[in-house]
Amino acid sequence: MAVDENQIIDEVTKAPYKYGFTTNIASDKAPLGINEDIIRLISMKKKEPEWMLDFRLESYRKWTEMIEPEWAHVHYEKPKFQEIHYYAAPQPKKKLDSLDEVDPELLDTFKKLGISVDEQKRLTGVAIDVVMDSVSVATTFKEKLAELGIIFCSFSEAVQNHPELVKKYIGSVVPKSDNFYAALNSAVFTDGSFAYIPPGVRCPMELSTYFRINEANTGQFERTLVIADKGSYVSYLEGCTAPMRDENQLHAAVVELVALDDAEIKYSTVQNWYPGDEDGKGGIYNFVTKRGLCETNAKISWTQVETGSAVTWKYPSCILKGDNSVGEFYSVAVTNNRQQADTGTKMIHIGKNTKSTIISKGISAGKSQNSYRGLVKINKGATNARNFSQCDSLLMGDRCGAHTFPYIETSNSSAKVEHEATTSKIGEDQIFYCLQRGISEEKAISLIVNGYAKDVLNKLPMEFAVEAQKLLAISLEGSVG
Amino acid sequence: MLNIKDLHASIEGKEILKGLSLEVKPGEVHAIMGPNGSGKSTLASVLAGNEDFEVTSGSVDFLGNDLLELGPDERSHAGVFLAFQYPVEIPGVSNINFLKAAINERREALGEEPITAKEFLKQVKEKASLVELDNKLTNRSVNEGFSGGEKKRNEIFQMAMLEPKLAILDETDSGLDIDALRIVANGVNQLRSKERSFVVVTHYQRLLDHIVPDFVHVLYDGKIVKTGGKELALELEEKGYDWIKKEADAVTA
Repeated sequence: MAVDENQIIDEVTKAPYKYGFTTNIASDKAPLGINEDIIRLISMKKKEPEWMLDFRLESYRKWTEMIEPEWAHVHYEKPKFQEIHYYAAPQPKKKLDSLDEVDPELLDTFKKLGISVDEQKRLTGVAIDVVMDSVSVATTFKEKLAELGIIFCSFSEAVQNHPELVKKYIGSVVPKSDNFYAALNSAVFTDGSFAYIPPGVRCPMELSTYFRINEANTGQFERTLVIADKGSYVSYLEGCTAPMRDENQLHAAVVELVALDDAEIKYSTVQNWYPGDEDGKGGIYNFVTKRGLCETNAKISWTQVETGSAVTWKYPSCILKGDNSVGEFYSVAVTNNRQQADTGTKMIHIGKNTKSTIISKGISAGKSQNSYRGLVKINKGATNARNFSQCDSLLMGDRCGAHTFPYIETSNSSAKVEHEATTSKIGEDQIFYCLQRGISEEKAISLIVNGYAKDVLNKLPMEFAVEAQKLLAISLEGSVG
Repeated sequence: MLNIKDLHASIEGKEILKGLSLEVKPGEVHAIMGPNGSGKSTLASVLAGNEDFEVTSGSVDFLGNDLLELGPDERSHAGVFLAFQYPVEIPGVSNINFLKAAINERREALGEEPITAKEFLKQVKEKASLVELDNKLTNRSVNEGFSGGEKKRNEIFQMAMLEPKLAILDETDSGLDIDALRIVANGVNQLRSKERSFVVVTHYQRLLDHIVPDFVHVLYDGKIVKTGGKELALELEEKGYDWIKKEADAVTA
């Protein structure tokens, strides 16, 4: 992968960048590798305050003492960390004049996903008319949020404009030295998203990275921080059903959610990074740390639909610190061809009467490997804690694998933990039944898979759910028969 | 409508149908009877296009088309319906969505507009009553948690919705109590018409008390060895299959 790094970095950031360097940006790139000077450079380029730099440096020092984890059920060539450019100034994306210049295969996928022409243009970087709907929608959206005191901006902006919030909460849920990739991210993250919902405010719309994608340069080390203050509510959407190609092979993001007393955060992800070709070559490694902290009576729901990436390593978790707090994890993970996914959740029960629900639906096809890995931990003080876990696996064909690694640790005898698991195979008899009724094979697989994943898809916001359904079908095209 | 000539079919190298011929004209009801293992269900599967079976020789003409050239979904679009002996469960997919997908896929294949929601619901209501299928069942997942009788009624309900030209009932009577049998048979009878033909595969004569056939065929060792009217079924009920087997074996010997 090292050979292509230069070219790769040239393409690192695809959207025009508003917050920084506007001249001669093509040459504004850090030397290869990572060391303290590079980190100082990143921090300086981003005009960060001293405490932010200290955070990065401490993370880096911890990272150097850590070892890359190998316990996940995935196999890949480890990234060469000294052969990555950790900083490249963003470049404006090449504008295309019309959709005719876009890869027809990509357009075909867009069509199948039912993505509007304007949206297709936005995603592929075709120059768009300023009166286009999404622009005005985005503007109205921002005004509305500002009225309510909701902050929704890029992480860099937040560091500049809301340092007190960032300083207070960054690393409070995912500590600097939490794990190898989180430490790396903490040292070198370039940007990401920040949201703050003031006390008692119910965010009236889904906060979606969609609305700020043109201002964001997330890059490969993305950092997200969402804070729901007391009694507030927010639903946050991340990702996109459209296939995302990115020349950075390694993606190590950190997402921290903070739900203060009586607050609720719904965090939905649709991830469709490039999975590589049929042999898994060139696909993205997605090593993500996502964790939320619930104070008293707070609730955090993670819903994810994972279809992309060559290797996925991801465990959106909840720390149920406050009494009566609730954690939920709903996941559909699809692997096809040579994809490998090791994903699941951790529910850490600390407070009394805490409740967690885990519904995981794995779908494996081709020669892929799909693992659920989950931890339910009931601490000593978590009287009357409850957990329900359901982990289902669906196999298509006989060359793929599904694995379940559930861990349960209970230190309180009043806890009630339930675990159910099933493994089923998508039946040729089911397909034949559909065919006999006149339903094509493609549509049959879509029906069967969506039926199987229905419990999770139902948790997604409506319009996201519709696209996710189509995405599942597309991800599994041609995988039966 | 359907013209089968000298059909040979095998599964995993074992020949099951060994030169079967059968002609079905529009509006006719043909019953296929025969001892276990004679190839009755194989015939149903082969006509529907189940790829587990390999057709080694022979021809099947359906309304002027070579049926064997068509994929199972194309056969369905052309008007072939199979009521399964063991209807398949599809968890999480509602009966309604399933049927709507089926109807619209066929309409699309035939170059027609999708069915309107209003028309669809009207038909669901009307056709569900044919087999006394509960509203709740139409909204539940396809066959999931259905009793044996409910599954078979659901098959006939689907048949009514899809309005096939040729309906093949594969042991639809198996596992049914007397009441369910009557309901299913009533449903089928109401769907009989001058244009629609039926091939009814069954072990027992009792179904034919309710669905009265124009012809009864006895399938033995992969071939039709005897054909008669509805009275043949009664004779079989009374005498069993042994005399037929003897006759047939004498001919081949």
